Amino acid sequence: MSKMLLTIIKNLFSKPATRKYPFEKRDPFKGSRGKITFDQTKCDHCGDCQRLCPAGAIFVEEKAKQITYDPFRCIYCWVCAENCLQKAIKAEEGYKSPDYKKEKIVVKK
Amino acid sequence: MSHRTVIPFGPQHPVLPEPIQLKLVCEGEKIVEVIPNIGYIHRGIEKGGEIKDFQQTLHLIERTCGICSFIHALTYSQGIEDLLKMEVPPRAKYLRVAWSELSRIHSHLLWLGLLADAIGFESLFMQFWKIRESILDLFELTTGQRVIQSACIIGGVRRNIDDQMASKIKTDLQSVKEALDEMLPVLLEDYSLKARTVGAGMLSKEQAMTLGAVGPTARASGVRQDSRSLNYLPYDELGFEPITETAGDSYARALVRTKEIYQSIGIVLKALDAAPRGELSVPVKSWPNGEAIQRVEQPRGEVFYYIKGNGTRNLERLKIRTPTFANIPTLLVMLPGASMADLPVIVLSIDPCISCTER
Repeated sequence: MSKMLLTIIKNLFSKPATRKYPFEKRDPFKGSRGKITFDQTKCDHCGDCQRLCPAGAIFVEEKAKQITYDPFRCIYCWVCAENCLQKAIKAEEGYKSPDYKKEKIVVKK
Repeated sequence: MSHRTVIPFGPQHPVLPEPIQLKLVCEGEKIVEVIPNIGYIHRGIEKGGEIKDFQQTLHLIERTCGICSFIHALTYSQGIEDLLKMEVPPRAKYLRVAWSELSRIHSHLLWLGLLADAIGFESLFMQFWKIRESILDLFELTTGQRVIQSACIIGGVRRNIDDQMASKIKTDLQSVKEALDEMLPVLLEDYSLKARTVGAGMLSKEQAMTLGAVGPTARASGVRQDSRSLNYLPYDELGFEPITETAGDSYARALVRTKEIYQSIGIVLKALDAAPRGELSVPVKSWPNGEAIQRVEQPRGEVFYYIKGNGTRNLERLKIRTPTFANIPTLLVMLPGASMADLPVIVLSIDPCISCTER
């Protein structure tokens, strides 16, 4: 325990190791996998994202030109964004903020 | 003969945040017999692997464990690569070594913190987890996420570690090493910790071999068994040697883990320097057909995968045997004879991960 004393004294006079979270936010690292958004102007509704999604969070209706995305099923692996040939899925670095309701996102052309 | 009582330890217990039940047959304070009982959080990942596409299964496999997430993905990928007869690019192999060893460092740091917490040394527990935080930051920097990395794919790796990231990893690991040099003497030379761990949970070499112990549990009893010697990744080029201790008690298991942290730091630094430039992955062109087995060293020991494909996009059978599953039988010889007060430290000394075991 006496060996710990130096560390304890050091900790008393140094900055806290934690952050005051809601007021002070850490910027995400470059390339950290955050939320994804769909750009309907580029999308050709090929359904690649639906086939590749490991969590089954994306549902593409080709005839209705509609994409239904469930952010609560999404595991944020970015497989869809990396494989989209049209570059219609945009992946952002920031985290998605929490929600009160489990709602699906419907994107229509 | 004194009166015997059966005390249920778990599945929810303040000392052990893992859902395993140990029925302890006690005579007063002394444990006479142990009956382990698992199956509280079975998640059906093996069955899920048969229902999903083999490429999508990779993301499911990663969720088997939050700590060895990368190594689970690595083992599965290597199995599928065996079946598809794919050759992984050399750079990908070295990056896989770097991420595997970073996983090992953070798992062992987590365990050292839990050991300090189990004996009630909470300030030390916080210090270890503070050190571990910088490893998680390195994961976010290099792979994009802190816990489920998704960096390993079938045929290689998804992301590169560029020179800028490599230099940050080197400086951060240097500070981790300095922080450890400061904290480890507190843990390993502390009187109360030694009193609780030295001689607690004895496991002889013969018992470890008979019961099929793996990982630091076996190596602390003098069994020189480490799957990294199988060279599934270029470990021999990085100067890898298994670390063993002979005492076979809880203290020896802590010693093995602390030495492995230093060894892993060295391996990561060497792997980043030795990684040749070039491609990161090769494309998957067919579907798996046939049988493959894989043995890979996780922080807790050897993980065993059996993969059977039938030429379609779905696997026919996926079987996972995790290190904790192999180490639970050792509790049957470690615990009888110990007192109830020693129980948390002994159970913790095998580093149980029931999340892995229940898969």
